[in-house]
Amino acid sequence: MTAVSTAPAALAAAPARTRSTTRIVSTSILYAVLVALALVYIYPFLIQVATSFKTEPDAATNPLSVIPHTFTTEAYAQLFLRSDFPTWFRNSVIVTIVVTAGRVFFNSLAGYALARLRFRGRGIVFAGLVAVMSVPAVVLLIPKFLVINTLGIYDSYAGMILPLLVDAAGVFIMKNFFESIPVSVEEQARIDGAGTFRLFWSIVLPMARPALVTIVILSFQGSWNELAHFIVSTQSPELTTLTKGVAQLANGQLSQGRQYPLKLAAAIIMTIPVAVMFFVFQKRIMNSSDGAVKE
Amino acid sequence: MSFSISRSRRGLHRGETASGWLFTAPMLILLGLFLVVPVLMALWVSVSDWGGRGSPFSGSVSFVGLKNYATLLLGGGLAESDFGMSLKNNAWYVILVVPCQTALSLLLAVLVNRQILKGRGFFRTAFYFPSVTSSVAITVLFLFLFSTTGAVNAFLGWLGINGPNWLNDPSGILHFGARSGPAALTGGSFLGVSFWDWIGGPSVAMCVYIFMAVFTTSGTFMLLFLAALQNLGGDVQEAAMMDGANGWQRFWRVTLPQLRPTLFTVLTLGLIGAWQVFDQIYTGTRGQPAKTTITPAYQSYQASFLNQEWGQGAAIAFILFVIIIVLTILQRWVLRDRKVSRRRNAPYLRAAEQAGVRAGGSRATGEGSTR
Repeated sequence: MTAVSTAPAALAAAPARTRSTTRIVSTSILYAVLVALALVYIYPFLIQVATSFKTEPDAATNPLSVIPHTFTTEAYAQLFLRSDFPTWFRNSVIVTIVVTAGRVFFNSLAGYALARLRFRGRGIVFAGLVAVMSVPAVVLLIPKFLVINTLGIYDSYAGMILPLLVDAAGVFIMKNFFESIPVSVEEQARIDGAGTFRLFWSIVLPMARPALVTIVILSFQGSWNELAHFIVSTQSPELTTLTKGVAQLANGQLSQGRQYPLKLAAAIIMTIPVAVMFFVFQKRIMNSSDGAVKE
Repeated sequence: MSFSISRSRRGLHRGETASGWLFTAPMLILLGLFLVVPVLMALWVSVSDWGGRGSPFSGSVSFVGLKNYATLLLGGGLAESDFGMSLKNNAWYVILVVPCQTALSLLLAVLVNRQILKGRGFFRTAFYFPSVTSSVAITVLFLFLFSTTGAVNAFLGWLGINGPNWLNDPSGILHFGARSGPAALTGGSFLGVSFWDWIGGPSVAMCVYIFMAVFTTSGTFMLLFLAALQNLGGDVQEAAMMDGANGWQRFWRVTLPQLRPTLFTVLTLGLIGAWQVFDQIYTGTRGQPAKTTITPAYQSYQASFLNQEWGQGAAIAFILFVIIIVLTILQRWVLRDRKVSRRRNAPYLRAAEQAGVRAGGSRATGEGSTR
């Protein structure tokens, strides 16, 4: 772009030349600012990866370097071979898979009913949903424990999973999606005599793939990264998830000393699944808002 | 053919009431059980003296009225000063985080929105990535970066600056190192925290969480702004350009007013999120040093689970709920659509007029703008 515009500018009068010079300068400043900002956003993660392969003294003396002085995988060995880390990982995987599957099914079921089925009380159900969405999650921390405890599902997978199985925001997304697709296909199937659930399962759900992917992304990320709920719903070490385990590791409840390589390695491993998810669906996440403009 | 006509519309939708309730039943049961019932139950606990053992509805638990609320707001004891402290900490957090994350995310969106930018995708990914990581993982990273011998202090050392002892430093940043304040300020207090402490700003330790919040949320909000920017039509911009507005003026006078709805969303989400700091504090400093990183959400947990003061914990949750709702309404009111004075509105009217003229295909562009 700039190379093209300089050639005619050189031939043109002086004002045009200053104009193109200012353009080059401003473009350079733009890139300098962007690169500096990108460095601020990326460098911490580079340090994190590097430090997880460092020895403890090396981590303390060279905190900025991205090349370990002596390369060691001790932190990872300790995590996987001599700690409860594999248990935490397994629990996170179980909870995330069940919660994501549950949300995909129940959110779309409820979203479809609210968007398409005409039934008495639909207005009230929807109003209730909106009201529930406005309650801040942290406010529910103690209240949730009270119910979980009363139901006798404290410190069990049921207590960890059931409260997360439906999310109001997800129902909302599905409802909006179903309202945006034409009703004609369903009407046709209905005329052909399909029952409501069959219609939903074999006609509507396959059409809803784009919205379902959104639900999968949000649920996966949400339940994998959830901490507060697991703090109030479990106490036994066998049910500790990654977030809870690493949080306790971080503030030194389970260990002595600083152990930065170990903690950072744990943080990296818990980031990998969401990072993979992010890079797989990157186009979709970033372009959900992208409009028609393409590079 | 005649078959489908014979079925009335009503016939097509028969049985929908049953399936409607059936389809929404799982949602109703789960949300009711884990969102509505908890709120009601906590409301009861907040006015009871339940100590965490047995059922809160058993006979040994009694109604104590507003005692728990009074202890927090007027008690004069440790509970009150802790609560005052947590409000002070979180208020400063909100005051700094919300404007900073909004401004930074808008800046990032404007920067990466350029059509002729090389590596646009790379920059967007770089800015968004911190948003997908969990708050626990990010906190662990920040604990390391801001440790005494950490990367931030090493970097500051390069520049010849002796970095503070970040997460162990309880001094308020607006005290500028002063150990004690004037008697006029240290004498009086509100919620058990002296005026001197209230105006002291966040502690150095709290600042680490403030940096972290801005770092992790700016990417998400950048995407919101980016979406809004890309939905703006180019014609108003072009009209302003024709009028000789430079890039700076175009941004403030043309682009920003058009982004108003998104700005509103970002500020509201930011405000609601910033009052709910819990994960970071639990993973990191747990309220230390000198209680300067305690937040209402964390105090609610601490009071209930660690001190067995369940009534107080529930009461804190409700006060926090009220704070969030009141502030959201207040913000709605402050940012409401106001009638713009004729003089201030003139440039927009002109731009709009011109856009209309251009859209009409007329070449008489100059006519609309000359007053």
